[in-house]
Amino acid sequence: MAEGTTVLEHQFDDLDQQREASSLGMWVFLITEIMFFGGLFAGYAVYRSTYPDAFAEAGLHLNVLVGAVNTAVLILSSLTMALAVHAAQVDRRKALVVFLLLTILLGTVFLGIKVFEYADKFRHELVPGYAFAFEGPHAREATIFFSFYFAMTGMHALHMIIGIGILAVLTVLVRRGRFSSEYYWPVELTGLYWHFVDIVWIYLFPLLYLIGRA
Amino acid sequence: MVTRTAEPRTHYLNVSYGVMSWLLTLDHKRIALLYLISITLFFFLGGAFAVLIRLELLTPAGDLVESETYNKLFTMHGVIMVFFFLIPSIPAVLGNFLIPMMIGARDLAFPRLNLASWYIYTLGGLFTLVAAIFGGVDTGWTFYTPYSSIYSNTHVILTALGVFIVGFSSVLTGINFIVSIHKMRAPGLTWFRLPLFIWAHYATSLIFVLGTPVLAIAIVLVALERVFGFGIFDPALGGDPILFQHLFWFYSHPAVYIMILPAMGVVSEVIACFARKRVFGYKFVAFSSLAIAALGFLVWGHHMFVSGQSVFASLVFSFLSMLVAIPSAIKVFNWTATLYRGAIAHDAPMLYAFGFIGLFTIGGLTGIFLATTAVDVHVHDTYFIVAHFHYIMVGGAVMGYLGGLHFWWPKMTGRMYPEGWAKLGALLIFVGFNLTFFPQFLLGYLGMPRRYHFYPDEFQVLNVMSTAGASILGVGYLIPMVFFLWSLRYGSAAGANPWDAKGLEWQTPSPPPPHNFPETPVVKEEAYAYSSQEAERG
Amino acid sequence: MSLGFPLFPEQASTVAGRVDALYFFLVAISVFFAGLIFILVAYFAIKYRRRPGRKQADPVPDHVGLELAWTLIPLGIVMVSFIWGARLFVTLSRPPADALEIAVVARQWMWKFQHPTGQREINELHVPIGRPVKLTMASEDVIHSFFVPAFRVKMDVVPGRYTTAWFEASRTGEYHLFCAEYCGAQHSGMTGRVVVLELAQYQQWLRGRIVAEPPEVVGERLFAQLGCNACHHPDRPQLAPFLEGVYGTQRLLVTGETVIADEAYLRQSILDPAAAVTAGYAPIMPSYRGRVTEEELSQLIAYIKSLEKIQTTRSP
Repeated sequence: MAEGTTVLEHQFDDLDQQREASSLGMWVFLITEIMFFGGLFAGYAVYRSTYPDAFAEAGLHLNVLVGAVNTAVLILSSLTMALAVHAAQVDRRKALVVFLLLTILLGTVFLGIKVFEYADKFRHELVPGYAFAFEGPHAREATIFFSFYFAMTGMHALHMIIGIGILAVLTVLVRRGRFSSEYYWPVELTGLYWHFVDIVWIYLFPLLYLIGRA
Repeated sequence: MVTRTAEPRTHYLNVSYGVMSWLLTLDHKRIALLYLISITLFFFLGGAFAVLIRLELLTPAGDLVESETYNKLFTMHGVIMVFFFLIPSIPAVLGNFLIPMMIGARDLAFPRLNLASWYIYTLGGLFTLVAAIFGGVDTGWTFYTPYSSIYSNTHVILTALGVFIVGFSSVLTGINFIVSIHKMRAPGLTWFRLPLFIWAHYATSLIFVLGTPVLAIAIVLVALERVFGFGIFDPALGGDPILFQHLFWFYSHPAVYIMILPAMGVVSEVIACFARKRVFGYKFVAFSSLAIAALGFLVWGHHMFVSGQSVFASLVFSFLSMLVAIPSAIKVFNWTATLYRGAIAHDAPMLYAFGFIGLFTIGGLTGIFLATTAVDVHVHDTYFIVAHFHYIMVGGAVMGYLGGLHFWWPKMTGRMYPEGWAKLGALLIFVGFNLTFFPQFLLGYLGMPRRYHFYPDEFQVLNVMSTAGASILGVGYLIPMVFFLWSLRYGSAAGANPWDAKGLEWQTPSPPPPHNFPETPVVKEEAYAYSSQEAERG
Repeated sequence: MSLGFPLFPEQASTVAGRVDALYFFLVAISVFFAGLIFILVAYFAIKYRRRPGRKQADPVPDHVGLELAWTLIPLGIVMVSFIWGARLFVTLSRPPADALEIAVVARQWMWKFQHPTGQREINELHVPIGRPVKLTMASEDVIHSFFVPAFRVKMDVVPGRYTTAWFEASRTGEYHLFCAEYCGAQHSGMTGRVVVLELAQYQQWLRGRIVAEPPEVVGERLFAQLGCNACHHPDRPQLAPFLEGVYGTQRLLVTGETVIADEAYLRQSILDPAAAVTAGYAPIMPSYRGRVTEEELSQLIAYIKSLEKIQTTRSP
């Protein structure tokens, strides 16, 4: 527990107010993220309903097994993140560091698998605008499917990278003794962000990978 | 000779000196002034483009600049004015400065985010400026596809990136305001005791956080299409260019309420003070702000009545657009009623408030014309639209901004501005504005399309009138610019409360101390408790 | 017009007067309410100005009745405008059945028109007075907008789909045609005129105009050249649907949906056949996107529409 370090910021009257404000701030931020991804999802939904066959066929080119593995990895990372938050609450610093590092590791595994998937797309020339060779009557609309695939998973990956960065910073701060059972909510709020990014993927996976396989 | 009152006490301006103390400040008041400087620069840049546009339109022929250049001029004018002036102006300058003070707090909830917000704004502005220097963009500020995504060969991505970045600035400001208003009000300051300025900014912040991300995604998709040829808006690839319009206007319609709600907040404060009366129908005005924000998200399709959208969709949007006019009307009536049996002073801030009421009313009424589908078919994409939105944004928002600057200038700087010159400025702005934009209603109904570099001869006289008005308007804007700067050195010292106004911000010295209040105030009365104040004295 | 310049546009179509009537209603409402506010504000500002005898305000209690009044009365007025506008808008959106059909292609930065009998025009459109004219429009590149102020008609012209507009000219003369959606460098120059003639003069004009061939004749030739008749042929009913009499009928698709075979459907069937396959057929038709221009599309469609004149005894 950090002695003598004032974590109360001058604009707040007490730590409770600071915690409530930080929490509300993160929730409002997540709402903006919902609107951001929502725009993408809305666009996807419009085209999916316009070209259901094309999208189903294009979706077959995605590897469901790889996607499922990635989904499992992310869900596991949310578990380790939740465990980290709990460790922070009960001020078990070593466990907290371990779980944060595990979460970072799992996030990195996710990104690694994504790199592998993207490379595969490049190899099979399924990248709109760069190299796109798609057989069949639905070639045109498949471009749109893959455009959304890259836009949505790319945006998601970007959010993961930022999340991993924040987790890394958090880990350093934990090692420096910044947090205690009285002041741990930055970990909690990062956890909120991480869970949100996880949930976005849980929507992405069926929409992109499982379409047409139902 | 002006006697300078000795200012031995510490306030937020003299507590520390040096460039770094400003660039690394966490004080919401200093951040507000940083924004004031940036926003003023962009206002004059956008205004310079407007000058060139109006000069070109003096003659029917396109003889001042090439068509390509003209197209860039109106685009840059729109992009700069909308994203770098109107959207931030009142929230980032007056909101940042006043919201903590009005709620009795020492600062906003997240001071570091606040500073980051200014840096992000500046970064976005830099991108757009660089784009302008390298030749600008010619898509119109609305970036319609497929022109913007495929055909334009100007700096679309660079400019769009600037807009994308500055959007984050808005979102952070919105988050900061929402959390501060929820969590940091002084003891006794219940929601219905809040100044209406706060309600207006709360509603604005809701739009900031819900709408801006959708614009961000629209811009990202256009950029991806330009760089990677994604095809989302490209009909040759099965894409739909109209989808862009839906995504764009889903944000950009609520954005116009971002631009006007804060000005309405200013007007409520100014009218209450200079009529020495509480705002009539306080709760109705407060809820109208929320209603405008909520309804504002449901009407975007009224920009698309002739886009090929279905008749049914158009009628739904028309109906909802009629509804969104009502809360604004309620506010105008309530402000007018506030004047009834008031004790009305005609200082410059109040003149701006009067101007706002008149011009916003005209602008808002012409909005009914546009919500009426059959009439909009005729006037869409003509100068009627240009006139409508300038009445609201210049006649409304800019006058609200200027009125607010005048009203709170003594609080922010400790100096009074010269009242005579201020009245002259207000008058020139009012006259110049109407002469500039009223003829445009006539031009629009006559059929002169917007974004035209050259035009048929019969439209010239009205265009000349409009340009003449613009020259008066320009002079009108320069006058406050000059005297505000002058007042920093030569203005008479203002006390804590030169207007004898209610509101927590007036309970501290001018300029305020770094943490606003020596101790947290406790609120025991309603907002605008002017009568009880007088009753105590009498 | 003693001013030497116009302040109000001419009325040259059957709807112009109706649009203007609604417009003047709104002007009257606006003048009334703006005037009311201006007068009240000025009156109060003067009558209740602060002066030695008037240093404080008289308290005025809130009044819910007043709030309701100035909520409901404006609401009623805007509803009138909405309904009036909606009805007129529906009229503006529904071309009469007997309209003269003009095909319009917009591109940077010109307007191309084709009359049903094959005459073509660029940046000028001759039409007869007193006859509804329906425009079926497509763009070859970016979004444009067909705007004739004197007719009070406007409709965007969008790449990748058809949009339609209609008008019935009520006065002879020449009227401005403007592009009203910013479309690039020469947007301001994408203008033209609509020339309204008496019916006899219009027919004379048509006769005097060199016509290569009516669009349906060209369309028939294209139909063979592009190989459409390889499948759309009475000898091969299992491959592709019959096209005689198809225009305007209801089609059942493989998805179970029913659509009307209008111009947009025919266009889509040529450019994107897999999107709307008729029930009972396999999606084997190749796409002709990139292989036909907008003009050729409208010629093919004209040909297919002309097939409805042939009597068919086969069941569809």
